[in-house]
Amino acid sequence: MAIPVYAGPLERVWYYLYRFICGCIFLFLILPILVIIPLSFNAEPYFTFTPEMLSFDSAGYSMRWYQDMVNNEQWLHALKNSFIIGICSTLLATTLGTVAALGLSRAELPYKGLIMGLLLSPMIVPLIITAAAMFFFYSAPFGISEIALAKTYLGVILAHAALGTPFVVITVTATLVGFDRNLIRAANNMGADNVTTFFKVIMPLILPGVISGALFAFVTSFDEVVVVLFMAGFEQRTIPRQMWSGIREQISPTILAVATLLVLISTILLATMEILRRRSDRLRGIKN
Amino acid sequence: MVDAAAPSSAPTASSTRDLVTADGTPLKVALARATRLSKLRAFLLVAPLLLFILVSFIFPIVQMLWRSIDNPEVTDAIPRTAALLEDWNGEDLPSEQVYAALIEEISADGMRQEIGRMGARLNYEDGGFRSLINKTQRGAGEISESPIQYAMIGFDEAWEKQDTWAELDALAESPGFAAAFPATAEKLRAWETGNSPFAEKTPGADVYETLFEELSGSGNSTDIAQVVSLLGGTDNPIADLIQRTAANAAEIKDRPLRFALGGVDKDWNDTATWKVIKAVSPPVTMSYYLNALDRTYDANGNIVMQPEWKQIYVDLFLKTIYVSLGVTLCCIVLAYPIAHLLAILPAKHSNLLLILVLLPFWTSLLVRTTSWIVLLQSQGVVNDVLFFLGIVTDESRLQLIYNMTGTVIAMTHILLPFMVLPLYSVMKTISPSYLRAARSLGANPLVAFVRVYVPQTVPGIGAGSILVFILAIGYYITPALVGGQDGQLISNFIAYHMQRSLNWGMAAALGTVLLAGVLAMYWLYDRLVGIDNMKLG
Repeated sequence: MAIPVYAGPLERVWYYLYRFICGCIFLFLILPILVIIPLSFNAEPYFTFTPEMLSFDSAGYSMRWYQDMVNNEQWLHALKNSFIIGICSTLLATTLGTVAALGLSRAELPYKGLIMGLLLSPMIVPLIITAAAMFFFYSAPFGISEIALAKTYLGVILAHAALGTPFVVITVTATLVGFDRNLIRAANNMGADNVTTFFKVIMPLILPGVISGALFAFVTSFDEVVVVLFMAGFEQRTIPRQMWSGIREQISPTILAVATLLVLISTILLATMEILRRRSDRLRGIKN
Repeated sequence: MVDAAAPSSAPTASSTRDLVTADGTPLKVALARATRLSKLRAFLLVAPLLLFILVSFIFPIVQMLWRSIDNPEVTDAIPRTAALLEDWNGEDLPSEQVYAALIEEISADGMRQEIGRMGARLNYEDGGFRSLINKTQRGAGEISESPIQYAMIGFDEAWEKQDTWAELDALAESPGFAAAFPATAEKLRAWETGNSPFAEKTPGADVYETLFEELSGSGNSTDIAQVVSLLGGTDNPIADLIQRTAANAAEIKDRPLRFALGGVDKDWNDTATWKVIKAVSPPVTMSYYLNALDRTYDANGNIVMQPEWKQIYVDLFLKTIYVSLGVTLCCIVLAYPIAHLLAILPAKHSNLLLILVLLPFWTSLLVRTTSWIVLLQSQGVVNDVLFFLGIVTDESRLQLIYNMTGTVIAMTHILLPFMVLPLYSVMKTISPSYLRAARSLGANPLVAFVRVYVPQTVPGIGAGSILVFILAIGYYITPALVGGQDGQLISNFIAYHMQRSLNWGMAAALGTVLLAGVLAMYWLYDRLVGIDNMKLG
């Protein structure tokens, strides 16, 4: 919105002042994330800009923390764990969540409010309570300690899947709001069975919602540390868990290299989300 | 389904006019069946996830909340004592039966773990209980072997002293003593003291019992007077001891175990100790909740405030609420201008700026917390810039992290997108023509903004505020990493009780209070916004 021609001097001052204030707030939002990127190339083990860095002397920069990360067994193991747990829990959450969203979007479903409340509860309950509850539960499910899942991959995956499902349910139900149910009737009419209808008609239309729900579920798992802190063993340490001990115990600039990598990953995820959103809007005929 | 055949066989006035489907089923029935089937089909789609959430999420949460009132420790460890205490009036000391039950149960083999847990549980009520239970557990075995001996020691610990027995042993040779207490004199003469360091310092239980028997025997007052005079009168502490023991012999004989346990620790002769055990005996307790509200039961079972030094949780809850409110307020102040800017800019520009909001939203929490540690620490970027600008000197670098300031700054940054996004989505729907109308009707820009624009954004402010407040109140990671000592919130104490003090009942009680608050806020959110209208990204 350009400044109107009839604006008085006071309004002019306010117009620029307002933009300046907004600029400062945007800086507050983005600067902390951007600042760690150059710092991760620091040649010295400091968490601040050295004089060499400020004078753009190449001696002030190095890749040593990235080498450190790549050569460190623990970080690599944690990265692998994060992806294994993230992908498995996402698959589980997306499958369960999408099917449930199909049911939730039907008008005939009884007790819809109650069911919705229950299904979204993992998103509502503070993580510390969830983590404590899951620790007790998976240490001895239903009081049977022989089937304990704490300190196993399966336990962490199931816990993360439960945390991720609400996001899938929300995004897929949102996509189904604009869904024309006549398409299903048409498909059935022309002889398609339910499975064919699902994969050929419903799925392509709700796919953007499913994928963005899956991305949310993945990020939830990928970023989750409290549950891992309580119920994962040393073997199941993920990247956030490793960063947690890195911050608490011996903070080394390697953590900045890892953080930069994670910012890169989240940028890619954000871009994917944005592309999906635009595609979905276009498909559903919403003009930007 | 039963009536399906009815129309043809027994037509009535009303049924003849009923509509039927092609196969003759009344339409009503067919419709009901179809509705039922489609309901079932819809439910079957939801069922797998519902089952998964119920089993792996709701059930664990309920199970954990149950721990906040679950109180099995005392009844697991000393069931008979606990049952007997139920009938105790709470004024006099409990009956000898109770003491006997306690001694038997506390010294039972194979119950060590349960006794240990009971000690830990009682210790939450009163700090001295763990050592009292441990001490009693060690002493109880000996007591049940020779109750009279330990009752005498419990009556006066002088009966445990070597000096006492050495003097009596010396006296045993005298005919006067032998005449007064013949059996004791004989046993004492048989007792080998000697000078060897391995010799027993006090005689065996049988000597105690014989002496006690003769002290309490009827018509012995002359005998006792004789022994007292042999010892040189009541000025001699041992003579005094004999006289007092004889005077109280009936009582000791009546309740040897009370005196014996009193000898292990005098707390067992205090009704307050028994009251605590009785109070902790029921299988369900409110004491964790009272504790979470800085209250406790006093010795008479009334609810009173905790002693001042133990009052931390109410302050902690208040602090958590204040910090969450503070963070919410900071978020409103920071989010309002940029959401407004995003809403009034053309889509081309606002989409670009929206990325600046969404990137932090998508970035790992740990990454953002790490950046704030890097930025705010005393040798960090912010302090370096302030130092470079000459605002602070090297000595007066600001302490911005590992305290409340750090917690609030980092939490505001992390939760800001949750305020911007709902505000933005509300502001985008506000037509600019309202503002223009207000201006054209003579309002100056400020009045138009405050009286026309702001009221229309209230739903957005409400939604964002509740969301931020709920997230802030249960925050754990950020306060734990950047909070230092005074930046710890309620979640951190739950974690502390889960991982360090292992007081799981307390963790569950604090968690339940927190959860109740959060659910109340969500109910409000659901009423205002609708939970399925939550915008994600």
